Amino acid sequence: MELDPDDVFRDDDEESDNEFYQEHEATKEYVVYLVDASPKMFSTTCPAEDQTDETHFHIAVSCIAQSLKTQIINRLYDEVAICFFNTRKKKNLQDLNGVFVFNVAEREQLDRPTARFIKEFDHIEESFEKEIGSQYGIVSGSRENSLYNALWVAQGLLRKGSSKTADKRILLFTNEDDPFGSIKGAAKNDMTRTTMQRAKDAQDLGISIELLPLSPPDEEFKVSHFYADMIGLEGDDLALFMPSAGQKLEDMKDQLRKRMFSKRIVKRISFIIANGLSIELNTYALIRPTVPGAITWLDSVTNHPLKPGFLCIFSENIKFSVQELSEIKRVSTGHLRLHGFKPLSYLKDYHNLRPSTFVFPSDKEVVGSTCIFIALHRSMLRLNRFAVAFYGNPSNPRLVALVAQDEIVRAGGQVEPPGMHMIYLPYSDDIRPLHSDTDAVPRASDDEVKKAAALMKRIDLKDFSVCQFANPSLQRHYAVLQALALEEDDMPEIKDETVPDEEGMASKLFTCATCRPGVVKAVEEFKLSVYGDNYDEEGDVKVSEASRKRKAATENAAKECANYDWADLADKGKLKEMTVQELKLYLMAHNLSTTGRKETLISRILTHMGK
Amino acid sequence: MARTREALLLLLDVSPSMHSVLPDVEKLCSRLIQKKLIYGKNHEVGVILFGTEETENELTKEVGGYEHVKVLQDIKVVDGHLVQSLKHLPQGTCAGDFLDAIVVGVDMLIKKYGETYKGKKHLCLITDALCPLKDPDVGTKEDQVSTIARQMVAFGLRMKNIVVRASLSGEPHMRVIIENDNLLNIFSKKSSAKTLFVDSTTSLRGARKTRDISPVTIFRGDLELSEKMKIKVWVYKKTGEEKFPTLKKYSDKAPSTDKFATHEVKVDYEYKSVEDPSKVVPPEQRIKGYRYGPQVVPISSAEWEAVKFKPEKSVKLLGFTDASNILRHYYMKDVNLFIAEPGNSRATVAVSALARAMKEMNKVAIVRCVWRQGQQSVVVGVLTPNVSEKINIPDSFYFNVLPFAEDVREFQFPSFSKFPVSWQPNEQQQEAADNLVKMLDLAPSGKGEILQPELTPNPALERFYHHLELKSEHQDAAPPPLDDSLKKITEPDPTLLAESQSAIDAFCGQFVIKENPKLKKSTRRFLREKPSGSDEPNGDGSVSDAQAVNSMESKPVVTVDKIGDLTPIQDFEAMMSRRDCPDWVDKAIEDMKNKIFGLLENSNEGINYPKAVELLVALRKGCILEQVYLSVSFFLLWFAFAFWDNSCLNDMSSIVTFSYAS
Repeated sequence: MELDPDDVFRDDDEESDNEFYQEHEATKEYVVYLVDASPKMFSTTCPAEDQTDETHFHIAVSCIAQSLKTQIINRLYDEVAICFFNTRKKKNLQDLNGVFVFNVAEREQLDRPTARFIKEFDHIEESFEKEIGSQYGIVSGSRENSLYNALWVAQGLLRKGSSKTADKRILLFTNEDDPFGSIKGAAKNDMTRTTMQRAKDAQDLGISIELLPLSPPDEEFKVSHFYADMIGLEGDDLALFMPSAGQKLEDMKDQLRKRMFSKRIVKRISFIIANGLSIELNTYALIRPTVPGAITWLDSVTNHPLKPGFLCIFSENIKFSVQELSEIKRVSTGHLRLHGFKPLSYLKDYHNLRPSTFVFPSDKEVVGSTCIFIALHRSMLRLNRFAVAFYGNPSNPRLVALVAQDEIVRAGGQVEPPGMHMIYLPYSDDIRPLHSDTDAVPRASDDEVKKAAALMKRIDLKDFSVCQFANPSLQRHYAVLQALALEEDDMPEIKDETVPDEEGMASKLFTCATCRPGVVKAVEEFKLSVYGDNYDEEGDVKVSEASRKRKAATENAAKECANYDWADLADKGKLKEMTVQELKLYLMAHNLSTTGRKETLISRILTHMGK
Repeated sequence: MARTREALLLLLDVSPSMHSVLPDVEKLCSRLIQKKLIYGKNHEVGVILFGTEETENELTKEVGGYEHVKVLQDIKVVDGHLVQSLKHLPQGTCAGDFLDAIVVGVDMLIKKYGETYKGKKHLCLITDALCPLKDPDVGTKEDQVSTIARQMVAFGLRMKNIVVRASLSGEPHMRVIIENDNLLNIFSKKSSAKTLFVDSTTSLRGARKTRDISPVTIFRGDLELSEKMKIKVWVYKKTGEEKFPTLKKYSDKAPSTDKFATHEVKVDYEYKSVEDPSKVVPPEQRIKGYRYGPQVVPISSAEWEAVKFKPEKSVKLLGFTDASNILRHYYMKDVNLFIAEPGNSRATVAVSALARAMKEMNKVAIVRCVWRQGQQSVVVGVLTPNVSEKINIPDSFYFNVLPFAEDVREFQFPSFSKFPVSWQPNEQQQEAADNLVKMLDLAPSGKGEILQPELTPNPALERFYHHLELKSEHQDAAPPPLDDSLKKITEPDPTLLAESQSAIDAFCGQFVIKENPKLKKSTRRFLREKPSGSDEPNGDGSVSDAQAVNSMESKPVVTVDKIGDLTPIQDFEAMMSRRDCPDWVDKAIEDMKNKIFGLLENSNEGINYPKAVELLVALRKGCILEQVYLSVSFFLLWFAFAFWDNSCLNDMSSIVTFSYAS
């Protein structure tokens, strides 16, 4: 286990005087799931979606299982531990009663989830009673305190790593709002106090404790009994806590499999404005296509990984060395040089090649950068202009457009951060010309345009945002990977959200069922307007010369082909004596391929006849 | 194949008014030929100069006239010599008549190819169109142009005219210019000729695509508005990155005496087991593995085939939305163009109606596309209208790929308003910025747009071809510096800077930047004087960063092995966190206990008590971490009694609570 001494003993007063410099974020998460396994968790039930009742224990466990399956794809390097308390058996480093840390072989207690871990956890309910057992840990007359023990074990598990680089959390699942309810008098006060102190110690070490309460439908989980103090709820937060906790539980179950990336500066560049005035910018990749993970080649017999090696086979040119090539590409120093500004309308829709890069100012090295950046940002927004600059990236130097983006905050969350987006502009050679005919082409009349506009009003996606769709191909990939890794029997069906339904509406985007007839009508009207009423789909398509010829040849072949008794010829082995032309007649008549040597043709005919 | 055949005739104006831009014309033309040498070895090229002193063409021999038109090179397959001959164009002394040159060019093409040639035939005219044209013997100039245009259409000749007007310094020939422009316009209208006016040498360099890529559709089929309403469309690529030509790997391993060595390197991969590197695994025994958590899950291609995502080929409309919902920076890739199936008038009208309505209502369409059958992924993208101004170009849509939910990384950034006041620009600063943005205008009204992407060549590629040219002469030639026309792309235009000098000065005067004084010297790199220009390698980069990191790492670490009197807490912490041997923890705790006992015993009237409590708190903190508790609680109880009535009772209570809890 690693421990960062600087961090553990760090004094709070050492905080830098400017927090904007210290904008570090934890890169990974360590989570301990603390699950109450008391008999009460098994006895109380909630109605599930399919009308059957499920126990609270089942809800908690399936929620964790779901969350793990998502996490193994999303946040590969996060580490988890699962720990039950109020158990009959005990298994933990400290050897405390009533706490059982669930784990599988070849895995530390707090570690990255593995396929085996998830798989065995999926079946935990079947073996729970036998392997672990459920039992109230806090009973009057005994000095045992299972909740206290559980917190201690969890804290022990989270000793690993520094809280600077890792976000440490304990997620507590329980349906007991008053864990010490069965105890009376001074003993209760003692237990409450010691447990609180234990929780506080953990929090002092940078571990956050989150409560995920479960309650039967007719009973309310009273946070105020005990847990409010522990997780530090006061005033308004207290009232808001229960609904938000329910939401959190839902969120855990229903997460998109999406690989998470930590916020990382791609590159630091300096933006040269003029007269030697240059400011410091950080670039970030906000939008990049996500691809399925890298492929590792394995030996199919042993499943051991393989590594590639080179085999070079040697077999008056102009030569370029790699250095020369990179020298050629270095047409400018690796900075951003401002050329000037243009109105936004000059940035055409086809001026795009690659995903954009986000730039944000930094005062880390050059004090004053942010101020200049904000001033330019505001001016560009106000005057509707974008900046043109040359970005001398050594690998691919390009002209770029810097488009200012104002911050957009919706429902308390930042939808678009403030800053500028760097859009890579094409060069003249990158833009393909439009080929034009000399004849005039038909245009839509005003009436037709009006009908199209009516259609648009009908099929209007009011709140469309780009992240509404999950990539069906990628989701399918993840699902298949999970099924194979966990040796699940049935392949999961992933719904392709991007497919519109029969009426041509994206079901995800169109929830309002009543507007559908209107849409269908608008489409019909538009169709009538541009196509006329005697629209015949095939009629409008000109059959090409080649396809007409092909069709004629097939018909001809069918006729000719009937002149032979193919079955007889085949039986007598006389196909060999026929010409290729004759053989091709049969193949064409039966819509088979006519390529290949004579033997291939004969064998193809025989296969087709079933001989 | 006919498709790969292409004939190009360059008509170059070398009359005196063109002399200033001739170097750039030379470069543009040699680039054109070089690209043909690489990408189209069978293409044929001829060169005609006009405005020359001498006259040398077939027409003048046959019918007379057509003076000052010189055929520099007859139409023939491209070779290296042509590049050389284009490098030093003779400077003409006479006025150039571009109409004469066109006639000679058309005549040459028709004589050589007739009507039967299947390849493309191009004319490329580069002129400034400043010289007055001779009046024809019969009819007007307009008639003559119409006749030539008809001929060009009949023989399928295409023409591109590049008119360079770099410096119109109060020319008196306004009438001539208008007349000539008018004549060129007739060409555009009556034949498939295009005329492009460029106003700088930089634009001239980008004016002619140096490589013609024949457009290939990536999709032909229906744009489905619904099950019942479909529009036949073709989809082309609109932008595609022009890359460096592929270079073959070259090996100098073969002995130079071996005449038959081609020095080409053929790369084959073989896979070896990680455990046993001597064992080579045959390709058919290999299987793909994907990472799942820390493990790798093997998935055979057959398994994949059975379960992978297989969408049907289609382009389906999902809906329309306000253009403001799609921000510009969401565009992910190169751009496609949707046009109605050529010749299908109903589809053309349908596309036109949609495009115009979209433009009018400021809407865009969201579509889901699977271009090919068997493609394993879908793309969701946005169609934006492209309403055409010319009657012979149909309306169309541009298509841009939008990101999926997985592709968007939701990083949070601080609001600008949350920054300290010193980071916010004040009113004067804001005004200076406004002024700068207004003054440094690259698209001034009344003048052409500067650095229009359509007319801007790729400086790195230009430099590559220039270098290639030099290398063909001298094997060891060094990469050439960028010439002035290209420098205008990588660096701001000095004339524009000079024009807006006042705004720049005002801007620079308003803002103060300085190095962050808190940073170590080694990490500073921004304000350091940097060499500018293309020839110097950029001196900054990640090197200094690495140094900074190194200097951090190499900070001497003093190992602590006992708790001293000066900084007992720090010593204790250091010892507790020593990982080289577990005994250090025990030793640290033992030492700390002794220290505290020592303090208490030597305490005079409790003078050392606060100090002792401090140490105690540190000890407790360490013990929590290390989960050592028995000895501490015992120790603490004793300790608590030792000065029960002390003033630091408040501090004590939490410790006692703790001891009891443990």
